[in-house]
Amino acid sequence: MRRIINRVPDHMTVVVLAAVPFLVLAALYLAGSAARLAENPNDKLLPAVTTMAETLHRLAFEPSRRTGEIVLWADTAASLTRLALGVGVAAAFGLVFGVAIGLIPYVRAGLASVVAVLSMIPPMAVLPILFIVFGLGDLSKVVLITVGIGPFLIRDLAIRVGEMPRELLIKAQTLGASTWQIVLRVVLPQVLPRLIDAVRLSLGPAWLFLIAAEGIAATDGLGYRIFLVRRYLAMDVILPYVAWITLLAAALDIALRLLSRGLFAWTRVRSG
Amino acid sequence: MANVSVQGVWKTYAGQPVLERLNLEVPSGQFCAILGASGCGKSTFLRLLMSQERPSRGRITLDGAPLPEDPGPDRGIVFQKYSVFPHLTALANVVVGLEFAAAPLTGRLFGRARRRAEMEAAQVLAAVGLDGAHGKYPAELSGGMQQRLAIAQALVRKPRVLLLDEPFGALDPGTRAQMHALITRLWQETGMTVFMVTHDLREGFALSTRVLVFDKVRHDPQAPEAYGATITYDLPLLRKAPPPALAGAVGAQEEQRS
Repeated sequence: MRRIINRVPDHMTVVVLAAVPFLVLAALYLAGSAARLAENPNDKLLPAVTTMAETLHRLAFEPSRRTGEIVLWADTAASLTRLALGVGVAAAFGLVFGVAIGLIPYVRAGLASVVAVLSMIPPMAVLPILFIVFGLGDLSKVVLITVGIGPFLIRDLAIRVGEMPRELLIKAQTLGASTWQIVLRVVLPQVLPRLIDAVRLSLGPAWLFLIAAEGIAATDGLGYRIFLVRRYLAMDVILPYVAWITLLAAALDIALRLLSRGLFAWTRVRSG
Repeated sequence: MANVSVQGVWKTYAGQPVLERLNLEVPSGQFCAILGASGCGKSTFLRLLMSQERPSRGRITLDGAPLPEDPGPDRGIVFQKYSVFPHLTALANVVVGLEFAAAPLTGRLFGRARRRAEMEAAQVLAAVGLDGAHGKYPAELSGGMQQRLAIAQALVRKPRVLLLDEPFGALDPGTRAQMHALITRLWQETGMTVFMVTHDLREGFALSTRVLVFDKVRHDPQAPEAYGATITYDLPLLRKAPPPALAGAVGAQEEQRS
């Protein structure tokens, strides 16, 4: 009998094993929904798949009677814009400060501690301050995302720059490179793949901050919609929205992975 | 072309001397092998020559002028590993040295200037036997080819002094012999002053014109860290040419290449 750590499933088995948990979850939902609806046809907690499909069709293809917009797309555009701005600004901060802290001892001496302390502040705790200072519009939500993931990105990049072999920096200097040239030609190309990885890791928290801020104060957005219809127990809206958000998050993650692969071919080459 | 003078140099870390009382005159074009046990300050000495660290006492001059405070293109280096940029192809690894010199703001050359730099880099790559590897990333090259690339990269800015920090320590014996022939030929062609740290006695004696042995001469059994190492043997090998065995190897390789 071979040890279980040495037994590797073949391709077909991998596909089946991966599909099983999804099928089990779907079956559990369908059974639960059917049981509750059999008892009370007006039950709102576990709506039937057909109900959700009808609601989703209305949200995704029919203009809202109140605003004339198609709700799902308007919400998606608003949320993705905020997310992209927040993550983009945080990534820019992460790159600039991370490289400066990791590479330049004087900047590290001055900023490393304060960034470490700032990163310990729970971002949700300062959300009221952001609402007071930046108002209830888009800006406060963008700032919350930036404040929430920026310190992580800065520290991650600074650590990665600090981990670069000292030899490479010496070598660049013996080729006559200035500090600026070292940043451009040695440090940035080596940490950009890491920046994309770090952004992928921080997308989860970024969505969390976005949905929370939209849920508390907004007039549109995916999080706003979920929190709005919660009052009516409209699970037929909430569940499709959650699925849609999950799909968007997964698509972003895959897109970033493909971008990294495409841009930085050297990270994947192996000898022989 | 590059006289190196070391005058009364000490290097201490946290009060404990690693190197002490170093005095050395190296005339231009010498090939110095630096031998000694681990922890005897060989690599520290190389870092001092590199300006990666500064002497605690004493001074080092290059052609009579004090050593610059930073590493620079006057002194090239080849490390045992991490010597080449993993994100650049072999050709780009060499071109980048020319780009640093010619493009202070962008660090990049374009158009005709780039093609000229690539031709110059290609000549250097050919000189180390990497003709067919222009487009390959370092991770795609064998250990010996990576060190050839590191040497090509170090040579492209035409340094006066070449520092080698156990450059062939991780290579198998056959590859190592080829590298010995290569470095001997390049040293003769360029007339650089070479310092090579090595653990390998035979390698040190085979390649160099002068062997420097680092060791501790003073010992305090109660405080083993109390004294630093210095040069205990300074052996001129009285030859300007490589030993016959190597000369043969160089010739054989040249024939193969032509």
